[in-house]
Amino acid sequence: MGVSESYERGRNLFQSNPVGFVLGLAVLILMLDLVRQLVTGELDVARFGLVLKAGIMRGMVIGLAGIGLSLTYSILNFANFAHGDYLTSGAFAGMAVSYLVAGKFGSEANIGALLLVGTGGSVFGGALGVGVVTAPAAVLAGVVVAGVATIGLTLLVDRYVFRPIRDRSGIALLITSIGVAFVLRYLILFVFGGSKRGVTAEQPSLSVGVPGGAIEIGTHDVALFVVAAALMAGIHLLLQNTKLGKAMRAMADNEDLARVTGIPTERVVKYTWILGGGLTGVAGYMFVLWKGTLGFFDGWLLLLLVFAAVILGGIGSIYGAITGGLVIGITFSMAPIWIPSAFGRAAAFVVMIVILIAKPEGIFGGTSTA
Amino acid sequence: MSAATDWRDRARRLWDRDPVKVLALLAVIYAVYIALGLAIGFEIRGQINSIATLTFYIGVFGILALALNLHWGYTGLFNIGIVGFMAIGIYTMAVVSKPVAETASQIGGLGAPLWVGMIAGMVAAAVLGLLVALPALRLRADYLAIVTIAFSEIVRFTLLSRTFQEFQVGDRTIGLGGGSGLILPFNPLQSFLDVTRLNVLQDALVALATPVIGGNADAVVNSMLYGVLLLVVVAIYYVVLTRIGRSPFGRVLKAIREDEDATKALGKDTNVVKTKAFMVGCALMGLGGVLWYMQSGAITPNTFRPRLTFFIWIALIIGGAGSNTGSVMGGAVFAAALFQGPRYLQNLVESAIEVDAPSNFSGAVAPIVDSLTLNPFLFYVIDNVRQLQLVFMGLVLIWLMHNRPEGMLGHRKEEAASVSLTRPPAGQGTAADGGRPDTGGDANE
Repeated sequence: MGVSESYERGRNLFQSNPVGFVLGLAVLILMLDLVRQLVTGELDVARFGLVLKAGIMRGMVIGLAGIGLSLTYSILNFANFAHGDYLTSGAFAGMAVSYLVAGKFGSEANIGALLLVGTGGSVFGGALGVGVVTAPAAVLAGVVVAGVATIGLTLLVDRYVFRPIRDRSGIALLITSIGVAFVLRYLILFVFGGSKRGVTAEQPSLSVGVPGGAIEIGTHDVALFVVAAALMAGIHLLLQNTKLGKAMRAMADNEDLARVTGIPTERVVKYTWILGGGLTGVAGYMFVLWKGTLGFFDGWLLLLLVFAAVILGGIGSIYGAITGGLVIGITFSMAPIWIPSAFGRAAAFVVMIVILIAKPEGIFGGTSTA
Repeated sequence: MSAATDWRDRARRLWDRDPVKVLALLAVIYAVYIALGLAIGFEIRGQINSIATLTFYIGVFGILALALNLHWGYTGLFNIGIVGFMAIGIYTMAVVSKPVAETASQIGGLGAPLWVGMIAGMVAAAVLGLLVALPALRLRADYLAIVTIAFSEIVRFTLLSRTFQEFQVGDRTIGLGGGSGLILPFNPLQSFLDVTRLNVLQDALVALATPVIGGNADAVVNSMLYGVLLLVVVAIYYVVLTRIGRSPFGRVLKAIREDEDATKALGKDTNVVKTKAFMVGCALMGLGGVLWYMQSGAITPNTFRPRLTFFIWIALIIGGAGSNTGSVMGGAVFAAALFQGPRYLQNLVESAIEVDAPSNFSGAVAPIVDSLTLNPFLFYVIDNVRQLQLVFMGLVLIWLMHNRPEGMLGHRKEEAASVSLTRPPAGQGTAADGGRPDTGGDANE
């Protein structure tokens, strides 16, 4: 292939999608710069490994929560601004149970303090030993309850808030979901208090020596990765191999057509909330377990990143949500290599805005719900 | 016609006029607040203070709801980044108008007059509006929503960051202050009164109030005057926006809201029109931010969280998007009933009884379980009114979207036409197109 030919190809690529081309170029330059920094030692491998690991972990959480958001976005046709507070609800419900189990149902501390996740410093997760290694039963119970409680919550909210106005425009539903978000967030604040608390105990970790230090891989890193990956694989199988998956794809594509074909659309909606709510609740719990702190604002802070991931991947595509989650998570964590760390989140938003302009249908655009 | 029906007829015609509705609503709100103030047992100073605070919030929410109405009510642009434009307005104003720092360690400003700073704040908000509009206005409404809210968060992160905390322009140290915010050494009311020579009125009011209120009457009088000044601004916004709405430009805006493709087909460059409307609205929001915070003494970035945006949205939805009168009334109802009301009730209860609230929720619930004592729970509720009021706002928003999405005034969206599109009442001859006369006169049409 001659130089002129490859030049010609490059020009065609640029003409067909200039913004995408510039974006690709920017990513390429950043990657080259990253290699340069690593080779020259400007950035040591240990720090790079640390931010990459944090990015992947965050990305798994965003991706898992993004699947739920993406499903409801494509099937019910609205951007659910209460989704972030579903994450928070799952985290609080799960942690309350973890505290309860780790605190031996009140024999180690006041039961009210346990159920309120140690509000006002009445009891500490570290002292109770909440963690995968130190209290596996507590964490297992927490994960299950986080999922189940969030499913219950989403179904309840859907029944009384969204179902009565199902036929209205996406914007009306969006505004309503903002109301739901307010109610959930500030009820959580009312019940559990506003303090940001540490919830986990020290867990064993594996140290991998690399130039410039070591990369710590903690038990909760592994736990988050395994749970998220397993759930993602599970949802993939479910949507690919069952009638439900087919019905959801049909509904996302054209709801009226799906209904005349005999698909029980209300039941599909219910299953959508069950799948989305369960994944979101578990994502919220695992996120809190992984980062070790819990506050009533956590889910809301994550919400815009989840939106970014879903839009990046293309609304309705679960693989898009997972990929988008990883891209957004890694952008968020790695941006401080180049820009001041206060702008990590801003960088993730900028990536989303650029994608919206360049390719509004997302990277996996076109496919819906699978 | 008897005198009674004549009187009723005149009252109805009076009621049909929008300013009368607004004034009636304000009268009711103030009457309730004064009655509550009497119940609390406020001194006259406390009474005027609470009315002044209420007037302030009615003013700012009215201003911002009107600005938002230009975006959403007229043009159908779903902007949930209002707080970003407010922040840009007040921060730009602060940087431009703050006095030059005397020592190197202080964060100063450029030392321009106050009005220059205000105009700069509006211009900056409009320019950033353009920056958002250029890529985002082509997008679907829900994407525009996500872009604008992300943008407002980017603004907040920028204000929070150390990078722009302070920097040098020439030999002057200016900056955004980072997380600790900026001191605002402004007294906008006094400057305004001095320029307009209204300080004579102010002095007279202070002299009049001193025997009633006691010493230091000027603080009370000033806060009341600032509230009144804001209401004047609301009136100006109202007139300006109503004129925009009725102009040919405004009709294009409404047409875009109804059907953008059809508007394009009629040869209107909708992108240009939308961008202009967006920038004007952003400038008005920037000014709203300036008027809200310029007299507050200091600002910090975390004031400008998205929930402020949603407050303004709730105000607009209460009043009904698409109607300027509704925006003002929505702002007033929101300020009085949802924003200030719960806090006022909290004061009322706390002045009546000794509230001995438990420090957390378990302390509030345990007595109910143990001995069916409800008091600690109620005390906890009263103590946490500021959180519960947000829950209540959320519930109100959900209720409105279910039952009254068109707002308290009912359907008030202005038509995208210069003539009325409603059918004339029955018995007024044939329809304008010469078709068969309208005989039904069915009210439900």
